[in-house]
Amino acid sequence: MTETLLEIQGLTTSLETDTGLIRPVHDVSLSLDAGETLALVGESGSGKSMLAFSLMRLLPSAGRIESGRILWKGRDILTLGREELRRIRGKEIALIFQETGSALNPVRTIGSQLAEPLRTHLGMTRKDARDRAVELLREVKIGDAESRVRDYAHQMSGGMKQRVLIAMAIACNPELVIADEPTTALDATLQAHILELLRELKEERSLSLLLITHDLGLVKENADRVAVMYAGRLVEEGPVERILAHASHPYTVGLWQSLPKARGGEPGKAKLKALEGTVPHLATLPPGCAFGPRCPIFFEPCDQEVPTLQLVENEKRHRTACYKNDAVRNAMKTSVTR
Amino acid sequence: MTATPVLVSAREIVKLFPIQHGLLMRHSGDVRAVDRVSLEIYKGETLALVGESGSGKSTLGRILLRLMEPTSGSLEFDGVDLLTLEREPLRKMRRRMQIIFQDPYSSLNPTMTVRTIVREPLTIHRLGTKAERNERTMELLALVGLKSELAGRYPHELSGGERQRVGIARALALEPDFLVADEPVTALDVSIQAQILNLLLGLQEKLQLTYLFIAHDLRVVEHVADRVAVMHQGKLVELQSRVELFQHPEHAHTKELLASIP
Repeated sequence: MTETLLEIQGLTTSLETDTGLIRPVHDVSLSLDAGETLALVGESGSGKSMLAFSLMRLLPSAGRIESGRILWKGRDILTLGREELRRIRGKEIALIFQETGSALNPVRTIGSQLAEPLRTHLGMTRKDARDRAVELLREVKIGDAESRVRDYAHQMSGGMKQRVLIAMAIACNPELVIADEPTTALDATLQAHILELLRELKEERSLSLLLITHDLGLVKENADRVAVMYAGRLVEEGPVERILAHASHPYTVGLWQSLPKARGGEPGKAKLKALEGTVPHLATLPPGCAFGPRCPIFFEPCDQEVPTLQLVENEKRHRTACYKNDAVRNAMKTSVTR
Repeated sequence: MTATPVLVSAREIVKLFPIQHGLLMRHSGDVRAVDRVSLEIYKGETLALVGESGSGKSTLGRILLRLMEPTSGSLEFDGVDLLTLEREPLRKMRRRMQIIFQDPYSSLNPTMTVRTIVREPLTIHRLGTKAERNERTMELLALVGLKSELAGRYPHELSGGERQRVGIARALALEPDFLVADEPVTALDVSIQAQILNLLLGLQEKLQLTYLFIAHDLRVVEHVADRVAVMHQGKLVELQSRVELFQHPEHAHTKELLASIP
């Protein structure tokens, strides 16, 4: 029996911008079991990072959580006081940021930055924290950890900085690690190494992982479940093998098709199946389904009402928000005549 | 089999960067960023140059355009020795070779409109009348799939994909024969990557361009390249046709790169 660690219910986050109020996270419901890896996939501007920031209540000052609940082991994160929240952040839930360049403090050594959460959250002494920092660097496979612990960020390569960020994230034995595009800024070989490291750590420590990525190609080996986001909303969600073999939402299909594929011995060059257009600006969303203008199978109800996420027929865990799916059409509030 | 004409020919290119003392720890002396690399690029082909960051691929790309002087070696462009060219003939030759940068966020001047950015090469080379330049600018925008209403916008108002299209339009302004594309899609979302790659493939066909395509993502390379050159620590370790390299990689580093494809 798996235990539900995180349960997001109808979460809506709004952001006050120059062009008006936008909702980068709009009515998102999603859950994560203990020990599970959930990949959150979507293009830039789809709201993935804002969802992660909402979970940690790390919103910019113009941001506000409008509605919904975020249940962390049954307790609503949104109602917690400052102190309680501080005990969860960094200790029970840790975040690996996207920018390796700016996530580390340039004027403090790697060791002192690693020691900080250990001292604050675990109350370690300076010396114990120092020793533990070295162990953590070893754990993320940084060679010569004893001397590296005295390095500054600028003395490290991009891949090494990413390892340090992972070490910081796992320092306090969190139960959930949120990794926001952890490999986007890295080379292909480094990317493979970092993902392998995350998989190993996850196994050893039975962590849950929320992996945020724009690259659907990464989910096959790295995720148990996939949730696809578009313009602030969840448009499809299900087990990874289901999503890869039987993606139901045209956006997921488009993302999948736009990935370069292995071509074997096929001669000549080959164009890709591009998903045309871009994510709409959240201030000027089209009526109905936000994916409508880019959708190859757009039809009548699509521009009338936003499709809701419903279970795909005969599936227990695969949900989609597209009118081509009968269950979604039937769930429409207004009757659709076709 | 008829010999394909060579556009770019590099022989024994070496580029040394001096190591400033105290910046790196133990070593002192020179970094051999490019270490005796020889290669030819045929007219109309796409040669992909792959390797990890620090392998010297971008440095080599810049040297082939003589945006950077090699420490030693020789370099010919369309039969002309590029390294001994004087300022004025080099400037003329430069019209035939252009570069597209990786980062569409920092490679465009934020204080210029799209129109000015794309038109600038024409202005610098004093081509045509003002009206002709403006007309050509609009043609270029259309060529890369940008709507004409974007002409008056500034880079920050554009998406990453649109910015990269602006960079491509600017690179094409002088009707070059040879384009160095330095990681042109690395900073973009996978979905937008496909759009830009298709654009580059289409332009190559239409304008008979020759590409040096610098990349670390072999998934992308497999779609766009005719031949692939692999660099590792400054050295060229393998150069093969695309099919051959993907099916029968020889060098250990090539195998490692292929193994890291997700």
